[in-house]
Amino acid sequence: MRGLLLALLALPLTAADVVIQNAKVLTVTKGEFTGSVVVRDGKITEMGPKVMAPSGAKVVDAGGMYLMPGIIDCHSHIAADAINEGSVSVSSMVAIEDVLNPEDIDIYRALAGGVTTANVLHGSANAIGGKCAVLKMRWGKGAREMIFQGSKPGIKFALGENPKRRGSPSASPIGGSPGNLRYPATRMGVEDVIREAFTEAKAYQAEWKAYQAKQILLPPRRDLKLEPLVEILEGKRLVHAHSYRADEILMLLRLADEYGFKIKTLQHVLEGYKVAKEIAAHGAGASTFSDWWNYKVEAADAIPYNAAIMVKKGVLVSLNSDSAELMRHLNQEAAKTMKYGGLTETEALSLITINPAKQLDIDSYVGSIEPGKQADLVLYDKHPLSNYARVQKVWIDGEMYFDREKDMSDRAAREGRKKTLLEKQRRAQQEQKKNVPFRRPQ
Amino acid sequence: MRKAICTRLRGCGGGRLAAVLGTAALLAPAMHAAAPTVIAIRNAKVVTVSGPVLAKGTVVVRDGLIEAVGENVTVPPGAWVVEADGLTVYPGLMTGLSTWGIPQPAPVPSAGGAAGALQALTRGTATAPGQPAPPPARGPEDRPATTSWQRAADLIQMSDRRLETARSAGFTTSATFPNRGIITGHGAVINLAGANTGSMVLNTSAGLFTTTQTAGFSNFPGSLMGVIAYIRQVYLDLEHYEMVKADYAKSPLGKKRPVYDRALEGVAAAPRVLMPAVNAVQIDRMLRLAADLKVKPVLYGVHEAYKTAELIRKSGAPVLVNVSWPERERDADPDVEETLDVLELRENAPASPAALAKAGVKFAFYANDNAQPRDFLRNVKKAIEAGLPFDQAVRALTLSPAEIYGVSDRLGSIEKGKIANLVVTKGDLFQDATRVEFVLIDGQRFEPAPELPGAGNPFATTPSAEELEELWRLLWGEEGDAHSHSPRGVIE
Repeated sequence: MRGLLLALLALPLTAADVVIQNAKVLTVTKGEFTGSVVVRDGKITEMGPKVMAPSGAKVVDAGGMYLMPGIIDCHSHIAADAINEGSVSVSSMVAIEDVLNPEDIDIYRALAGGVTTANVLHGSANAIGGKCAVLKMRWGKGAREMIFQGSKPGIKFALGENPKRRGSPSASPIGGSPGNLRYPATRMGVEDVIREAFTEAKAYQAEWKAYQAKQILLPPRRDLKLEPLVEILEGKRLVHAHSYRADEILMLLRLADEYGFKIKTLQHVLEGYKVAKEIAAHGAGASTFSDWWNYKVEAADAIPYNAAIMVKKGVLVSLNSDSAELMRHLNQEAAKTMKYGGLTETEALSLITINPAKQLDIDSYVGSIEPGKQADLVLYDKHPLSNYARVQKVWIDGEMYFDREKDMSDRAAREGRKKTLLEKQRRAQQEQKKNVPFRRPQ
Repeated sequence: MRKAICTRLRGCGGGRLAAVLGTAALLAPAMHAAAPTVIAIRNAKVVTVSGPVLAKGTVVVRDGLIEAVGENVTVPPGAWVVEADGLTVYPGLMTGLSTWGIPQPAPVPSAGGAAGALQALTRGTATAPGQPAPPPARGPEDRPATTSWQRAADLIQMSDRRLETARSAGFTTSATFPNRGIITGHGAVINLAGANTGSMVLNTSAGLFTTTQTAGFSNFPGSLMGVIAYIRQVYLDLEHYEMVKADYAKSPLGKKRPVYDRALEGVAAAPRVLMPAVNAVQIDRMLRLAADLKVKPVLYGVHEAYKTAELIRKSGAPVLVNVSWPERERDADPDVEETLDVLELRENAPASPAALAKAGVKFAFYANDNAQPRDFLRNVKKAIEAGLPFDQAVRALTLSPAEIYGVSDRLGSIEKGKIANLVVTKGDLFQDATRVEFVLIDGQRFEPAPELPGAGNPFATTPSAEELEELWRLLWGEEGDAHSHSPRGVIE
């Protein structure tokens, strides 16, 4: 596998130094300018209309095109060989990190859409889901190198229709399975499952504290289901909660307050505009869609103004994809908030850069073009909020991971190789047919 | 003065080894139990594996063990002699992984109750028709799909007809594992014949077999993630279990008795753990999991070793290469064009053994559980065509699996004192025209069974682990039913 050897290196790659010249730079946090960005050892060291190019640096002439920070998708399900552990209502023992698939072609396609970082979440089959993984789209590298070093661990929660899906005795397509007759079957039950889990987690936490205080001699049994919940209680793990309706959003915020933990983001949160003040008061972020709704009953009351209204009420808002396809044009999704809600260009770009970075607690590393931050950069031929904009080049940590020209020029070779292999296979099959001796039917 | 002489193998007795001269020898064919205790295979090409190939050598077998091997070995008095000019002697072939000897349950019914049957399979217990399936597992504490206390050595039965088919192809030995479930049990190195099942067993703990099979969305674990989390929890539980047990053994007074857990006892007893890993991503994943669990892994599958030989070498893990190479399915839609990645894997998988040999990784061969043993050997030929040296191919079927399972001190090469498991062929191994003349197992001679038309194929009814997994995917889908269905895709 490409780059597996690198898996054994403890240190991240050091890319060559790069100077990107003659670009219209949209920093998101520090305004806009036309000029250069200097990258050394994977980090942005200098930027401005005039910079000192370090000797030996690779110079890229942007030809007046637009440079922006790499897009961050706060909700994705790519690059993993499993998404849902749906057998139980609390599946916090499972981890996306265990099933990463760095060869998923959607990684490369996300790059081609300007995405450099994605929060890969467990599915929404259960009230408390599995552990998430924040990945950089380092296409060609091994599973371990995909992981965003320094990112805070996260976990998926889910409210509403999906976790309360109870299954039915005839759930199986062939009619033989008992289905998934698990608890809960109602929204009340979803709340109860979360309560019970945290009650259990607190008892577990107390047991370990007793051990640490030497009140008991032997350490308790480690429980992979409860450990992440204790981490949530201790503020060490971020909760990303799949939610739709205002009532259940309030339920979760109150429950979290009661148990003394924070909801880091509400995901989807299509009715967030109804309870934006309460969301802001809790300090939760909201990661939503621009205009994707009505795919089920609880998604019926959405409006395209959702993101903009929440922004104006002081909520930290991002736009996410939840889809390998939508992931490739999040810039267009951001642009829609200018039409629906009147956000400024910078506000719109923030929804897919610095805001999701803050929601994932990685804003000290990425999310804007600033000296000291990691050089995750996207070059668009047009303004990224234009429908006509296409990604030309993408860098992660100063290393180029997508180059439109190279992609185009490599296509012929790939096609040729494919033809050769198909032809070889066809000939082998003919040969095989020839060698099969005639057999009389018995 | 020799009492018995004989026999050019194909010269007399209608192609059978025939004994002539000497009263005892004359009686031998009628009295099967009084088989010769001393056999000398003379003037054969001897592929010792552990040493050089002898162009014209003699192998003497006495009481089931190799007594002598060499170019100038004197045939002892009383020996049955096989005049083996033009024949080749190899150590008996050993598959690195199979269920040979463990009778397989009837094929999964294609309709009605298939789901229940599959669930039962993953639990390691069969549910009789009409009986309700056991309740779904709710978490690791239910030890789902775990039968780690099972030992292949206790499960083998001589009635398994595959034993004879395998012997007929030149196999004498198998690393046999129970293969149903997630943590299925302990393998055994067995001979493919013996006076009784007990005498077939060479080693009772060849390793613990694991899979990533799931029994659908409703049972924990219902996903690959769940399987891995489950295995992690089992090893954490084991650590705690052993600590508590040791503490209790030290001074039980006033302490709560630790609860006996047969699943953990079984896991604790494993000298090595077999882990499934076919492609590069899985190989990387399983090596990391093994490192986290601090177990000694043996990866099985490894079709993308051609990409990852160096990574495997660095891990120090031996591997079992499945020589049932990926093929386009026979009933595949001819209009569906496959991706370049799929084509590359199919093209390059047979080059994996060559890459492993070059990197210095220890590897053995096995084939899908439903593969004919003859096809097994034909598929090894593809690895040779893709660059694997012939002697390395032989080693991967003899000494290497013996080394992997810790029995190379008694098996796997033609050396004085080792168990007399041999295969005698006309022609080099892996060639289509090559014929197995006979095998010796513990010094007992077995000739290939004649291929009877309509006799039934004992391999035809056994679904392989891969096929079972595929069946599950078909039945439940990879991710089950908790996706919402929306016009634009899937909301999670």
